[in-house]
Amino acid sequence: MHYKNVWNEVPRPEVVKTPSRFRRGLGKYAVMVSEACNNCLKCVAVCPEKVFEERGGKLLPPHDHLCLGVECSLKSNRCARNCPTAAIRVGMNPSTRAMGDKRWTADLLMSTWYMAETGRLPKTDLEYRTGDSGGGFDKLRFRFPRRPPRPDLDKETIDTSITLNKRNDSRLKIDIGMPVYGGGMSFGSISQITMLSRIRAFAAMNSFTCTGEGGYPEALYPFDDHIITQVATGLFGVREETIQRVKIVEFKYAQGAKPGLGGHLLGDKVTEAVARIRETVPGSSLFSPFPFHSVYSVEDHKKHVDWIKAINTRCLVSVKVSTPTDVDMVAVGSYYAGAHIIHLDGSYGGTGAAPDVAKKNIAMPIEYAISKVHNFLVDEGVRDEITLIVSGGARTAFDIAKAIALGADGVVTGTSELVALECLRCHNCESGRGCARGIATTDRELTGLMDLEWGSQRIVNMFLCWRDQLREILYRLGMSSVRELVGRTDVLAHLDYSKDVPDDDIRKPAE
Amino acid sequence: MPKKYHINVANTPNRFPIVGRSGIVDWGEGCLKCAVCVKWECVYDAYRKRTFSPEIMADTIDQICKDCFRCVQGCPKRLIHKTLNPEWEALGDDVFTPEIITATWNQAETGKIPVSGAGYGGAYSGAGFDSMWTDMSEIVRPTRDGIHGREYISTVIDVGRRHARLRFDAEGRLESPSVPSVRVPLPIVFDLLPFGDLSPAVWKAMALAATRLGTRMIVPEAEARTLEDHREALVPFLGTVTSDVKWAARFTMVELEDSADVLDKSAALKQANPDLIVCIRLEARSANVPRALELAENGAEVIHLVADARGYEPGVESSVHLKDVIRSFHAGLVEKGLRDEVTFMAGGGIAMAEHVVKAMLCGANLVTVDVPLLISLECRVCRRCIEGGGDCPVEISRIAPAWGAARMVNLMGAWHNQLLEMMGAMGIREARRLRGEQGRVMFFEDLEADTFGKLFGQADA
Repeated sequence: MHYKNVWNEVPRPEVVKTPSRFRRGLGKYAVMVSEACNNCLKCVAVCPEKVFEERGGKLLPPHDHLCLGVECSLKSNRCARNCPTAAIRVGMNPSTRAMGDKRWTADLLMSTWYMAETGRLPKTDLEYRTGDSGGGFDKLRFRFPRRPPRPDLDKETIDTSITLNKRNDSRLKIDIGMPVYGGGMSFGSISQITMLSRIRAFAAMNSFTCTGEGGYPEALYPFDDHIITQVATGLFGVREETIQRVKIVEFKYAQGAKPGLGGHLLGDKVTEAVARIRETVPGSSLFSPFPFHSVYSVEDHKKHVDWIKAINTRCLVSVKVSTPTDVDMVAVGSYYAGAHIIHLDGSYGGTGAAPDVAKKNIAMPIEYAISKVHNFLVDEGVRDEITLIVSGGARTAFDIAKAIALGADGVVTGTSELVALECLRCHNCESGRGCARGIATTDRELTGLMDLEWGSQRIVNMFLCWRDQLREILYRLGMSSVRELVGRTDVLAHLDYSKDVPDDDIRKPAE
Repeated sequence: MPKKYHINVANTPNRFPIVGRSGIVDWGEGCLKCAVCVKWECVYDAYRKRTFSPEIMADTIDQICKDCFRCVQGCPKRLIHKTLNPEWEALGDDVFTPEIITATWNQAETGKIPVSGAGYGGAYSGAGFDSMWTDMSEIVRPTRDGIHGREYISTVIDVGRRHARLRFDAEGRLESPSVPSVRVPLPIVFDLLPFGDLSPAVWKAMALAATRLGTRMIVPEAEARTLEDHREALVPFLGTVTSDVKWAARFTMVELEDSADVLDKSAALKQANPDLIVCIRLEARSANVPRALELAENGAEVIHLVADARGYEPGVESSVHLKDVIRSFHAGLVEKGLRDEVTFMAGGGIAMAEHVVKAMLCGANLVTVDVPLLISLECRVCRRCIEGGGDCPVEISRIAPAWGAARMVNLMGAWHNQLLEMMGAMGIREARRLRGEQGRVMFFEDLEADTFGKLFGQADA
């Protein structure tokens, strides 16, 4: 076998089965095998989901996160019924109740893990489309026509790419392979392995990932063409050289999880390596100011955009803002300042550390902002010249499709990739050494919990499953490209406004 | 520049072990006693640090555990599970939720504002104050580095009647009489406690805390008489019966319950002490808004509308939330051209720091707080003290006043910092400007109607 340098290479966009790093995957059901087991291995033969595996003639502990549930186990041709010693019992996994929250329910976490392991939708009754927040995306549904309007469409060739430069200027023309790119997560808030896993996976999909505010570590250089570098209020690690490396530069004016507040990295996470890239002192907490002290007007903002354009003559400029009441004015201001991409980050977005009071209360959820900004840009007659990218609570392929139907061109994600890496949202990324699961940490020992190839593949698997879901959604709507979906609110329904909203589960075959 | 208001906080541990959200269920039977057990790999050393607590007759592991699930996933025999703690789920009610109670305990212990990793995990919106979002400013508004930096954000509020305008005579001499006012350094006054295992020690703790914070505390007359050392901080609640006017006149501020002749009583008190500020307390019911306006028109200085402990209209079926009563009273005052003349305090159901800001954005000048002070003393909002069924599980009546005061100061310190965060994000540097700033708040109903209402028509009620 050839030596493969995964540190430089862009992985292929193919599903490779990639199970949990931990001894036991977490699933909805628990499969218990009692001492009565005589290792007859009948269960290994009857289970279609490969829950049971043997090694050296002995049954291994079951992979119960793959189990389809109690009902399946009791079928005449399945495990429990075929166990001669009645040693197998399937029940609910008691631990799932303690997992997740209203936005990321246990079901959503587990279905995302399933996608990251297998590249497919879970076969069980796990909910994979929405959480339980009781509003916004969680109350929107697709209204699929009874029959696919264009049965001639070949699902495999439905176009999921979008254009990031809609201005007819002399700058790069960039298309990305799926309507998603990666949101800024800085080196320091997450480990280098996590950072590279995301970058490699987005590169595999011919898309981009943003560096966040933590500078541009050398390890990212092989992926320059898939990286967006961020200029945020703290200007950590921003150098002429880093601005020139990339095809897209992003200004971060505000972040949805903590609008109106600057970034925040606790001292424990500022290791030697992090401090070197950020040009700061190890162990000392980093607070970014708010806002840009050089920008107090749209004119100042234009000067900012011009400054970047002068330093890098080919790059696109993205402007990331949060969602105040006047977000529509901010968006149009950014357009006139010369931005190619306006990126709205809604109030329920991700973060490595933020005051709870800010995450919950400040600025509006993205669902409202998309509609507001899209319509305003249409009214201004500039909608076709700017790319509208949104983020802040998009968790699933369905959220992505809904955001686009509400009026966005594409979506930025972040948390979903971390969930693919087995984040379970314990909300402790900000504290001490950081993540106990080795994702959002710079601690040497904890970082070692994850391997780059594993991480990249988990995320690639999830993306491929997302792409398949998007294609299925478009197919059922009779669209040959995701670009046709932009602003098509007529294909959506809202549970508070309509009574008879059909189930939009795409695991059920279309008629 | 005047001295920056700062609340000094100090770690003040609980007396009782806290009720945690989830618990580790660990079946010892079947344990392999394997050499490299996941328990010893615990990032938080939970298995090493655990002890047995005689107070709760249980293991302390759940207070150390941070829900990373590594042991659940790592145990070769799969003997470890995590589950929600039913005792935690049963804490409080729909307004004082288990999450809020836990967060309040933490703030009272540490004085730090709750910070966590990963995005918001709660409901999209909800009842009461949860149906509001506050605004932020992006790029085109002035700087506000008040939180960590140079300019600072003022949370001072003046309580009292103000002149609509000053009058001068022909020579330019001021004709308008001077009016008394009380200045509090943060827009929060302590209110009567609606329930609780109360003892002189609890009142003493409140008085100590109010004094240290420089704010005021509304207190029953009988308790006020025992706390004379803290007279500056006290606002005796005199009810409706004519009280000892001479005694009451020694304070800077008193509160009367609304009654037919409340303004006469107020006048009598003010005759005894012209610098005295008299607040008039009414239940925060929509039906009381006209009465409150009438009082304001007739010279009342401070109107205090108080909802029930959950923040709803007291004794009203299908009641509206305090925020809506605040909005309608505020709008009434604006309509009558009285808004700048009257101070409006609102209270009841203020459970978190964000509620202070939101109540003010709806139209209150400042808020009064009650139950969270009890929670800072480890109250579990079980209401056994008023509904019967046993003694206070955390023996609140037996606290040491100094400990209680430290906990309340911590909580207010954390709230104050959250106020600064929210005001900073809004680009507002003066808490006085929050009052009725409805341009800086987004209401769920409005956003829904503007967005989904336009797209999908009328909501199915």
